[in-house]
Amino acid sequence: MKTINLPAAKSELSKLKAGELVLLSGTIITGRDQAHKRLAGALKLNKKLPVKIKGQAIYYTGPTPCKPGEIVGSCGPTTSRRMDAFTPALLKAGLAVMIGKGNRSKEVQKAIKKYGSVYFSTLGGAGAYLKRKIVAARTIAYPELGPEAIHEFQIKEFPAIVWIDSGGRSL
Amino acid sequence: MITAKQIADTVSALCIQANTVLRADVKKALCKARACEKNRNAKFILNALIENYKIAEKDCTPICQDTGITVIFAEVGQQARIKGDLGKAINEGVAAGYKKGYLRKSIVKDPVLRGNTGTNTPAIIYYDFLPGKNLKLTILPKGFGSENKSKLFMLNPTATREEIINAVISAVKEAGPDACPPYMLGVGIGGDAGKAVFLAKKALTLSIGFWGENAYYRKLAGDIYKKGNTLNIGPLGARGKSTLLGVNILTFPTHIAGLPVAVNFSCHVLRSASATL
Repeated sequence: MKTINLPAAKSELSKLKAGELVLLSGTIITGRDQAHKRLAGALKLNKKLPVKIKGQAIYYTGPTPCKPGEIVGSCGPTTSRRMDAFTPALLKAGLAVMIGKGNRSKEVQKAIKKYGSVYFSTLGGAGAYLKRKIVAARTIAYPELGPEAIHEFQIKEFPAIVWIDSGGRSL
Repeated sequence: MITAKQIADTVSALCIQANTVLRADVKKALCKARACEKNRNAKFILNALIENYKIAEKDCTPICQDTGITVIFAEVGQQARIKGDLGKAINEGVAAGYKKGYLRKSIVKDPVLRGNTGTNTPAIIYYDFLPGKNLKLTILPKGFGSENKSKLFMLNPTATREEIINAVISAVKEAGPDACPPYMLGVGIGGDAGKAVFLAKKALTLSIGFWGENAYYRKLAGDIYKKGNTLNIGPLGARGKSTLLGVNILTFPTHIAGLPVAVNFSCHVLRSASATL
């Protein structure tokens, strides 16, 4: 199985085809509903973002609390569709990769093609399995959002399916 | 005599059990689905989902990070003697279990203004009063990815069997790959709007393979199951034969003017646990 190192150059991402099962390694950030609302809101007002978006890979997840001695709690993907309204603004700001589960809106699909990004769907409901693919984690923004805070993860061989490729083709 | 402490301790243990140990019927259904799949992605996914519940059980870690809104069915025996406040004891048990089990707290105190309560309470509690002296508690931690796909159809009283099947199937099509298929469907038919939705939810606490209360509804559930599995949505939407793990139907008498049909979805992580005090 092909391994993609993140963050990845758009030239690298453009080689991926919808339907391909790959392994993701490297650095990603997390963000779900409220973080998206805040990030997109800040972009609209031309405010400085608390995290770097350009070239970034974002994973839609809200982990369970970390047990003592563990790196992270269970952390599978949440439904991507709920991020759709905010996604085109983030793609415009340079977001390169999204990881979640399920289908996206037509608008997101178009924006992915326009900006040459890639959307991956990973293993929904497999939080215990996916937590073993995370080798380091720290909170980097919005800690007051609790399970919805933005974290930075180092991931290793995290399985994902290319759901919408940079040409805008959806599985 | 059943004490508030006994109730809270039981609820706490059930919350942890339901979220970390997958139900035996669901494990069996996932293994059956794996045996039916041919395509590479579907096989990879089902293998990972099976490994996932094994890891969760071994490590006592949540099967899914969405440890749900805690739905509780409290069946209270009319001769049961309970010392203390039942609802308060249940909520204390939920708060304790979600803390002790490192389960995610997903409940906000106001639906519009939001703000996490930090305890996963209040739980959604449905009380039923039955003959007897026991208290039966069933915990259903309900993930919201699948809950968001819930549907209520207020069909005409003259609706045909096919119209009922088509309504349920349209809900499955609309859910598509988003809410972690293979799905288990709870279907509530009859009553009023609220009763149908309640029955659909309650049907998820019954084993996969229950299908229905009599031959007519068992056959109807079976036909929905067969049709659902021809939709080629497959595990997590990767195409394939396993779109549904099962269909359970519960019914109630209804009004001459209507035929409510409600669908409540569960993802492949269908969790519940019961205890009787």
